[in-house]
Amino acid sequence: MDNFLTALQFDFMRNALLAGLLVSLAAGIVGVYVVLNRVATLSGGIAHSAYGGVGIAYFFGFDPLLGGMVFSLLAALGMKVVQSRTRQRADTLIGVMWAVGMATGIIFVDRSPGYKVDLMSFLFGSILAVSSFEITVIAVLDVVVLLTVVALYLSLLSISYDQTFATVRGVPVEAISLILTALIALTVVMMMRVVGLILVIALLTLPAAIANLFARDMRQMMALASVLGALFTLIGLWLSYTYNLTSGAAIILVAAAAYLLGLLWKQFGGKKTVIVSD
Amino acid sequence: MDNLQPILSIRNVYAGYGNETILQDVNLDVFPADFIGIIGPNGGGKSTLLKVILGLLPPWRGEVRVLGMTPKHGRRFIGYVPQFVDSDRDFPISVWDTVSLGLVSGWSPFRRFTKQEKARIEAALESVGIADLRRQLMGELSGGQRQRVFIARALVSDPKILLLDEPTASIDPNATQDIYELLRQLNEHMAILLITHDMMAISSYTKTIACLNRKLIYHNGRELTREMVESVYGCPVDLIAHGVPHRVLPTHEGRTYG
Repeated sequence: MDNFLTALQFDFMRNALLAGLLVSLAAGIVGVYVVLNRVATLSGGIAHSAYGGVGIAYFFGFDPLLGGMVFSLLAALGMKVVQSRTRQRADTLIGVMWAVGMATGIIFVDRSPGYKVDLMSFLFGSILAVSSFEITVIAVLDVVVLLTVVALYLSLLSISYDQTFATVRGVPVEAISLILTALIALTVVMMMRVVGLILVIALLTLPAAIANLFARDMRQMMALASVLGALFTLIGLWLSYTYNLTSGAAIILVAAAAYLLGLLWKQFGGKKTVIVSD
Repeated sequence: MDNLQPILSIRNVYAGYGNETILQDVNLDVFPADFIGIIGPNGGGKSTLLKVILGLLPPWRGEVRVLGMTPKHGRRFIGYVPQFVDSDRDFPISVWDTVSLGLVSGWSPFRRFTKQEKARIEAALESVGIADLRRQLMGELSGGQRQRVFIARALVSDPKILLLDEPTASIDPNATQDIYELLRQLNEHMAILLITHDMMAISSYTKTIACLNRKLIYHNGRELTREMVESVYGCPVDLIAHGVPHRVLPTHEGRTYG
C-alpha cells in the first residue's frame, strides 16, 4: 500500500487514478440504463465500432479519442435509425456493426505510415498513459451524463420500466433512447482508454448488476454503481501496480469477484431474492 | 345509450404485419358504461387490436377514434394496463414510484410531483386497496397485487376507459375474482375493455362479450353464441353449460349443435 501511495507522487499515476474515478461516474449511470434496458450487446457493438474511428484517426493523424467518439456516435445513431426504419433484427445489425468497425480500424492502422499503434493498448486499455486533455474530456462527459439523467430522470425511469406504457403516455421514447444511445457511445469510448475495448462491457454492466441486488430505486442503483465502479478501479489499479498486472484486467476481475460475493450475500444473507439477470 | 358518443370507435379496420392480415374488417364501439370482454385464441389478433387502439400500429384500412381523436392524440385518455412480464421482477422500483409514472408524459424535464399530484397517486393506491404497500418493491408483490398497481398507474391519469391486457394471467383464482370485483366497481365511473384468452373468467363479470379471431363478433350481449365460439375455435362445437356461476351459454331449446 505504501508503494502505491508513493506512486501517486507521479503525474501519470495520479492521472490514471483520476481518469478511472471520473469514468466510473459516467459508467455507473450509463451502465444502469444498459442493464435495465438490456442493451449490453448494443454497447458492445458500439465499443467495437469505435475502434474503426481510432484507426481512421491514426491514418489521418488526428486524436484517436475524438476519432473514436465521432465514429461510435455515427455508428450508434445510424444503427438506431436503421433499426426503427427497417424490420431488420437488431442483433444482426449489431453483429455487422461490431465486425465492420473492428475490421475498418485494423485496415486503417495497417495503412498508417510509419509508427504503428499498439493494438493491445486499445484492447486492454492504457490507463497509465491517459493525458490531461483526455481527463478534461472525461470530466465534461460526466457533467453531460449527470445533467441528462437528472433532467430526464422520470421519463427515463418510465421508458426503462415499461416502454409501451411510456409511449402511450406520450413520453418521447424514440428521442430519449437516441440521446441515451449517444451517451452510451461517448461513455464507451472513454472507458476504452481505461479498461480497453474487450473489457468495456464488463465494467459497464458489473457495477450496475451488483447495485441491482441492493438498490431500491433507479437513483440509488446509479449512485451505488458509480461508487462501486470507482472502488473497483482503485483496488484494480493498486493490484496492477503492486503485482505488475495489466490494469484493465485487474479492475475487471475485482469487479467480477465483487459480483460473485454480492450474489452469495443475497443468496445466504440478504432479504431481496436473487434473480440472476441475463 | 345510443345518443351518447362512443369513447372508442373502431370502423372497418384491417391491420397486420408484412403480408399477413391479422385483423379483418373489425368494428367496435365502446360507450361510457360498457364493460366488454374480448376473448379469442392466441394468434387471433388480440394483441394486434390492442396496438391499433393504442396507436402503436397504424391500420392498413379503416379508422380508430378515441374520443373523436386519432389514437396518438386520444390515447392519453386510455388507462392502459399491460400484462406483467416476469423478467421485470428485478427492476428496482417501488409501488408508489410505479403508480407515479402514470402522471409522466412528454419530456418532463426536471419534473417534480406537486402536492395535488401526490394526493392523486395516494388516491389511486387507495382506490385499488394497496395503499399500505406503497413502499414495497414491485418484485416483492404477488401477481394480484402487481395487477392492482398497474390498474392504479392507469387510474392516476384519470382515464375515460380502462384497457386491460390479460389482467388475470398468472394470478390465482381467488385473486382473479378480487380483480374482477374491483373492475366492476371501477366500471361505475368509466368504460372497461379487457382482452383475454380465458373465456370462463370473464364471462361472469363483464357486461358483454366479444369474440376475436381475425374478425370481431360482437352482439352487445353477454351470451356466447355458437357463432362466436365456432369463430374462436374454428370448428363446430357442442355448447355445454355446467357449473358456471352465471349462465353465459344459451339454453339448448331441444336442439343440439355441432
